[in-house]
Amino acid sequence: MARTYFDEIWGKSRGRKPRPGFESIAQWIRETPRRELGRRQNSAEAAFRQLGITFNVYGDEDEAERIIPFDIVPRIFTAAEWGSLSVGLEQRVTALNMFLEDVYGDRKILKDGVVPADLVLCNPGFTPLVNGHRPPHGIYAHICGIDMVRTGPDEFLVLEDNARTPSGVSYMLENREAMLRLCPELFETFEVEPVDGYPDALGRMMQAVAPEGAPGDPCCVLLTPGHFNSAFYEHSFLADNIGIELVEAADLVVDDDIVWMRTIEGRKRVDVIYRRIDDDFLDPLVFRPDSMLGVPGLMAAYFAGNVTLINAPGGGIADDKAIYSYMPEIVKYYSGEDARLPNVETWRCRERDALKYTLDNLADLVVKKVDGSGGYGMLVGPTSTKEEIEEFRAALKANPDGYIAQPTLDLSTVPTLTDKGIKGRHVDFRPFCLSDGKSVTTVPGGLTRVALREGSLVVNSSQGGGTKDSLVLRPESERAEAQD
Amino acid sequence: MLARTASYLYWIGRYMERAEFTARLVEATLRLDALSARPAGEAAWSSALSVAAAREDFEQTDESITPTNVANFLTFSKDNPNSIHNCLYTARMNARAVRTALTREGWESINRAWLGIDGRSSVGSAQGTINLLAALIAENRGFEGALHRMLRQESYYFLMLGENVERADNTARLIDVKYHIILPEGEEVGGMVDRDQWGTILQTVSANTAFRWLYRDGLSPRRVVEMLILRRELPRSIAATVHEVASLLLELGKFTGYQGEADRLARLRQQRIRATEIRQIITGGLHQYLQSFIEENRLLSQAITRQFRFD
Repeated sequence: MARTYFDEIWGKSRGRKPRPGFESIAQWIRETPRRELGRRQNSAEAAFRQLGITFNVYGDEDEAERIIPFDIVPRIFTAAEWGSLSVGLEQRVTALNMFLEDVYGDRKILKDGVVPADLVLCNPGFTPLVNGHRPPHGIYAHICGIDMVRTGPDEFLVLEDNARTPSGVSYMLENREAMLRLCPELFETFEVEPVDGYPDALGRMMQAVAPEGAPGDPCCVLLTPGHFNSAFYEHSFLADNIGIELVEAADLVVDDDIVWMRTIEGRKRVDVIYRRIDDDFLDPLVFRPDSMLGVPGLMAAYFAGNVTLINAPGGGIADDKAIYSYMPEIVKYYSGEDARLPNVETWRCRERDALKYTLDNLADLVVKKVDGSGGYGMLVGPTSTKEEIEEFRAALKANPDGYIAQPTLDLSTVPTLTDKGIKGRHVDFRPFCLSDGKSVTTVPGGLTRVALREGSLVVNSSQGGGTKDSLVLRPESERAEAQD
Repeated sequence: MLARTASYLYWIGRYMERAEFTARLVEATLRLDALSARPAGEAAWSSALSVAAAREDFEQTDESITPTNVANFLTFSKDNPNSIHNCLYTARMNARAVRTALTREGWESINRAWLGIDGRSSVGSAQGTINLLAALIAENRGFEGALHRMLRQESYYFLMLGENVERADNTARLIDVKYHIILPEGEEVGGMVDRDQWGTILQTVSANTAFRWLYRDGLSPRRVVEMLILRRELPRSIAATVHEVASLLLELGKFTGYQGEADRLARLRQQRIRATEIRQIITGGLHQYLQSFIEENRLLSQAITRQFRFD
């Protein structure tokens, strides 16, 4: 018999009875004709293509520009669910930033033996170059995308932290635009928290983290690798909606440790750079010398305190999946509280017992590279062939430090429009958290990714995943006030 | 504004205008050739290649001058840097890179025009091609509509500047090439002309009915030439683009706070055309007049490139 997963609308009732609070969305799903949903979904995808919300799949030249499939059936969070999520996110993101400031500063957490020093200091994600340099306002991860999964009514788990340059926020905004246009009745039935405040919040954060000594109205820009980059649409979308210049490396020049941009009137000084270029490519003088995407001298300007980089270089250490496994301890260490958002149980293959357990149970586990992303370089035991498992076993034995293992989770499902009608498909969730050194802001919403293939647990867009709008409902009390 | 952004916008304006002009040229030639009672044949297609400055590139292909070959070359060819396909490709690539400087409507109109031609190769029948071109021209109208709804800021002025510099060049080349064909040596200016031939020219600059409004007393080459060069009322006339370019540069100067060589050249040109009469042009030689205008226009474009630090 097939496994019963927790469905976010039907619970474990297999479509018979909606969870309390989800009656009206269940009714909407039941009553809106499939063909009508299909028509709306096509119209949304046509609009995305026209807008050019595309991504490029590397190594796929025939179809250089694809759109990510959009599913018309939204995912819904109740106000209570969101309330506890956002408090947990704030706690986690604050701890992440304190951890980064600490490991590049006093290293108290290493001295106290909470996280093994060698795991941090010998980690490829650790950037000795920025050691001892405190970024403006002490913030490293101004923008965090925390990947979450759900396995039950109250079971939200963090799967991954993205503290470098998380992408996907444009889908949160564009999916909502599409839903407002195509399913207006949903927004009459539900009081939904708006997400369109995100660009303003991002712009305010950028101004707040400008270096000391920058003018009251600092010059902020978004640095993109260029329009061939897979996330270029998002870069231009954000720059446009914040109201800042979208620059490429060739538009910037560093002179006397000051960053300037070339304009039609001559040079203009730049104070804050939201860069969507990886550390390795930022500055050919100190990182990869062959980088054409970077700005020579940028790091010198950064070290001179003349420019803020968002996110600060060096944050990759917090993305490492072995470090991730220590997050409950890290949160506890800095906040003095237990982590509100639990981790997924994780075996660090660098430890002998964990490696043995992992090798003995490969067929049941998910094994990931500690520095992998995008769904590449991982093994999903239960859906892999014997050959794939054996191949992975060899790779794992050769370099146990490079891997972690996790149980295969019973990811929640959300009703999704498929060829066979509305069926449950597995989802994850990425909310976006902004830190300016004083507070953490999480816009109520995020990116829900859905594995469109039946039974699939891999939601990455490069592997056939799609997206959904994520609606956060307003609290009952506020709704009453709004009606007064 | 970033110098790179300004440069891309200027070239979006130029390529979108070039795409539309070429579409009109092919459409008008097809009508003349395929749909009129007396097909114009090779001469019409050969002159179309000259107007589009594509003759040399076409000769490289070793194809013969047939309606289908030339229409495909001007419309779809990837080997012709000025084909509609390549103009729209470049315009869209530039637009993608500077999306933030365009409105959503502006971007969508360029993207739609591109999607309309991407992946198409030959359309086969003349009617099929005309339908495709009509759709492209409509998308281009959408682009102009979007342009006019933009904030009157640097982005708008650079797009318009590119459009008008390109338009001046196109109109000048159109008159230059067609005049020779329509008025064979020895034939007197003012004599009877082939109505179909003139209709082609007017259609290319969307001025069929405009002529009748400006001149009530019938078609003559002198009048058509006067309208296309000197009448400011016609948006695609040389005079109209000359005045437009000068005032666009003036508006840009209000943003940057200074003026330069491009302003000087533009105003010089403006004063000169204001004092010019059609009689002088004809006496001095129309071909010489147009050639020197085309050269001036090229120098002006270079001055714009330097003044706004495009490189």
